Amino acid sequence: MKIPEPRGPISAGLLGILAGEPGGDPVAQTSLEQLVTGQLPLVEDIVDDGDVQLALLCLYELHYGGLDGVDDRWEWNPGLIRIRQLLEEPFEHALRASAELAVPESDRVPSAAAPDSDGVAALLFGLAQADNGPSLSRYVAKKATLEQLGEFLIHKSIYQLKEADPHTWAIPRLAGRAKAALVEIQADEYGGGRPDRMHSALFARTMRGLGLDDRYGCYVDTVPAISLASVNMMSLFGLNRRLRGAIAGHLAIYEMTSSRPNQLYGSGFRRHGFDAHVTGYFDEHVEADAVHEQIAGRDLAGGLVETEPGLLADVLFGATAVLAIDARLTVHIMDAWENGRSSLRTGLPTAA
Amino acid sequence: MNQEPADGSIVVCPDGPLIVRGDFEIVTPSGDLLPRQRKTVALCRCGASAIKPYCDGTHKLIGFRTEYPIDSAQGTKSQP
Repeated sequence: MKIPEPRGPISAGLLGILAGEPGGDPVAQTSLEQLVTGQLPLVEDIVDDGDVQLALLCLYELHYGGLDGVDDRWEWNPGLIRIRQLLEEPFEHALRASAELAVPESDRVPSAAAPDSDGVAALLFGLAQADNGPSLSRYVAKKATLEQLGEFLIHKSIYQLKEADPHTWAIPRLAGRAKAALVEIQADEYGGGRPDRMHSALFARTMRGLGLDDRYGCYVDTVPAISLASVNMMSLFGLNRRLRGAIAGHLAIYEMTSSRPNQLYGSGFRRHGFDAHVTGYFDEHVEADAVHEQIAGRDLAGGLVETEPGLLADVLFGATAVLAIDARLTVHIMDAWENGRSSLRTGLPTAA
Repeated sequence: MNQEPADGSIVVCPDGPLIVRGDFEIVTPSGDLLPRQRKTVALCRCGASAIKPYCDGTHKLIGFRTEYPIDSAQGTKSQP
């Protein structure tokens, strides 16, 4: 991914260090750590803080496709892992607080013994069903302008161009039924052996159909902090083994809140005259996620809880955090659109 | 009863579709293959899907309920 523009002192300091060699400037690393420690107490809302969210995105990106021109050895540099942990701790705390606000843990987690896999699936389906946040999909289906369709794809592109990757981190952390379930879902996400059927490839095709740049990370500078936070949440859950319950719950709720919205997204693009070449991504998700939601709820999340009952609370935390954070993103986008503004942070980058 | 795992399985999802996994074909009455994009499929059981025979999740919107709960305790657990 190309190097983004810094959004404040933390991301500027981090990108400055990443431009050099690992271990080349220990003084700069120490001062970045001091800067982070000093800045964090000043951050009012970490989920919506562009500087912190961009820094986290870049730190996580070292584990995905990397940053253009940045030495790959930075990935496991202890100083940077330390910075990441400093940022992750208050971020996770904020996610737990958001989830608690959306659905209190006392309502989420049954007080009796941990349910069996059918019971876990039922709890997750219940959370998805009870989600009554504003509907972006209905707006896209009925009202969105062509320009807004483009904005919608730009917000989604931060994740969808690496769709499924954050959940893949969980595979070696699971065993038995939960692992088999996750692998089955991910194989489908990655096109069942056909690169052109990979969901990220289908999404790229949709972007090109609207004349957008489909290079991974091209629009990182363009989207607001909340769009980055939604993706960073997945990386946080996926890259920390202790949060394997949360990443399982995250995937389950993603799948459970997908089929119907994707039907509506497809309608919105068809309303503007786009054909199956562009809507293929959405059409695929209507069918695929109706399969995945069953497997993710019962075999992945349910199978995991049957093996490790202590993870139930984290499964439901991961699921609820998605609903809470994505509702914020939806509110941000809809508020902008209904007031005749762009939901993006900046104008579109000029074509390379 | 000690049985070998079958080549395929149909998971009867409570209030939801039938998940079909394994080696099978989906064909028309005259034997032509229906379009199929994935190995494991969900077949509509509520009758309301817009992409039949596949499930599109509509059962959740219409409040589809399967008539009796699937009680796994009554069945024989298949071999994993």
